[in-house]
Amino acid sequence: MSDHAALVASLQQEVPGATVEAAPTVDLQTTIYASRDDVPAVARALRDRPELRYSLLAELTAVDYHPREPRFELVYLLVSLEHRHRLRLKVRLPGNDARVQTVTAVWPAANWLEREVWDLFGIVFDGHPDPRRLLMPEDWDGFPLRKDYPVQIKMTPRASEPLQVTEQEFKANLERDRLTRS
Amino acid sequence: MPEIRTETMTVNMGPQHPSTHGVLRIVLELDGETVVSASPTIGYLHTGIEKTTEQKKWQQVIPLVERMDYLSAQSNSMAFCLSVEQLLGIDVPERVRNIRILIAELQRINSHLVWLGTHGMEVGAISVMLYCFRERELLLNINEMLAGFRMFPSYMRIGGLREDLPRGFHDAVRAFLDRLPGKLDEYEDLLSQNEIYLKRTQGVGVISKEDAVAYGLVGPIARAAGVDYDVRRYFPYLGYDTYEFSVPVQTRGDVYARYQVRLAEMRESLKICRQALDRISPTGPFAIDDPRITPPPKDRVYTEMEALIQHFLIYSQGFTVPAGEAYVPVEGPRGEHGFSVVSDGTNRPWRIKSRAPSLLACQALERMIVGGLIADVIAVIGSIDVVMGDVDR
Repeated sequence: MSDHAALVASLQQEVPGATVEAAPTVDLQTTIYASRDDVPAVARALRDRPELRYSLLAELTAVDYHPREPRFELVYLLVSLEHRHRLRLKVRLPGNDARVQTVTAVWPAANWLEREVWDLFGIVFDGHPDPRRLLMPEDWDGFPLRKDYPVQIKMTPRASEPLQVTEQEFKANLERDRLTRS
Repeated sequence: MPEIRTETMTVNMGPQHPSTHGVLRIVLELDGETVVSASPTIGYLHTGIEKTTEQKKWQQVIPLVERMDYLSAQSNSMAFCLSVEQLLGIDVPERVRNIRILIAELQRINSHLVWLGTHGMEVGAISVMLYCFRERELLLNINEMLAGFRMFPSYMRIGGLREDLPRGFHDAVRAFLDRLPGKLDEYEDLLSQNEIYLKRTQGVGVISKEDAVAYGLVGPIARAAGVDYDVRRYFPYLGYDTYEFSVPVQTRGDVYARYQVRLAEMRESLKICRQALDRISPTGPFAIDDPRITPPPKDRVYTEMEALIQHFLIYSQGFTVPAGEAYVPVEGPRGEHGFSVVSDGTNRPWRIKSRAPSLLACQALERMIVGGLIADVIAVIGSIDVVMGDVDR
């Protein structure tokens, strides 16, 4: 399936009305662009069609092309173990509405990878089972891998809130704890 | 008499737990000794290397990527160089390809020795750790000889290697290759038939073939579950298709199978190393002959004006890489890894993304430990060989 045209035709047969276009590459991976509304259907077709069988999601990441529009590109690197092929599936996302459907139902491996993309790029994955930050602290502001995120600027250090108990309360708590245990 | 109330207990394992290979934190819910649920928390070692690389010139990225997965430093820098070379459209000399293969395989043995030592120690076989680190010391000595640095040699360069092989390199490597097979037998004597080790590892942390693929697991974990995916075979790079070696595969997918796969892999790596060493001449080209990328030799810098200018240009403004995107997968000690590199045509990377096999292994951890005993959690974490520097980057 290294043939671009056959791949695109095969996808359009499975997902009618899908806009899939081929793109040139310098490396091993055939590259195709899909529009973001088709992502779950295209993903399922890529995994399930017998002549494709891209069962391994090797990588899911994003690139920020700020200030160009559409600003973000999602990159899915897929491997077909059966046919020994690699594919790069790309999705363009606009900067003011960076959201896409999750593919965790197709490839469970996408769970943490999508969380990482949300964490570092602020791209929303609709329907994600656990949409929390992955690498940064949960109360972090901003998305570090965006190109307009400030770098090498001194930020004021923040400490987490101290525990709001008085000394007496603290001792009483200790005492009560000790009583229940014995 | 009041009714006995039972409830599950939540235990916080980590982040400073000696057996989590860094700073991995797992919140475990226990019912007695059985794990009911587990949620790994990562990010304690997140240093933003991917963001930092965007401020660096292409050559300056190499020491940074070596510090991501600190047990397979040379494999990382090799993967990065391959991706950038793909974008540049250059092909390194054959001697460089063979040296890179040799170094990558030595790195694999190095990483597996650390894994075997720490994993053995965690399940109670402390002597294995001492033996493994004894042999690993020899590999670190080879690194020191090669580049003057033991853990992160930064010996790879875009377009080749930093300098030629040092005198005595062949003898040092050959001495190691002759020594290791007997030592591997010793390790196997200590573990393979060891009743305690078998009880702690067989049938523990099982993951099925289908799950391994679905969760993006690659490398020894997947091969222990019956997925024969090895990048060196499926998508050969650097001429691996001209080497003779086999890919060890097991089917049970438990901790013991992973142990067997990794030990067999070390023996296969030894085979590749021997073949590579025979092909490498003691002296010869060590980088591509391209004045844009490779700095001139020092004696010419000191005597020729043009060479001095070229040297100055390469070290001050670097070189530009054509706009585009490339990803060359390589088989590292923990499975497929590589660098997804995006260039906008300038002398600094636009975006670099490391494919981290440890991250996906960490994600699948929950699947392997839920339903098992808490004592087995440590054995499973050890067996998937996570490097937190690779998980958090």
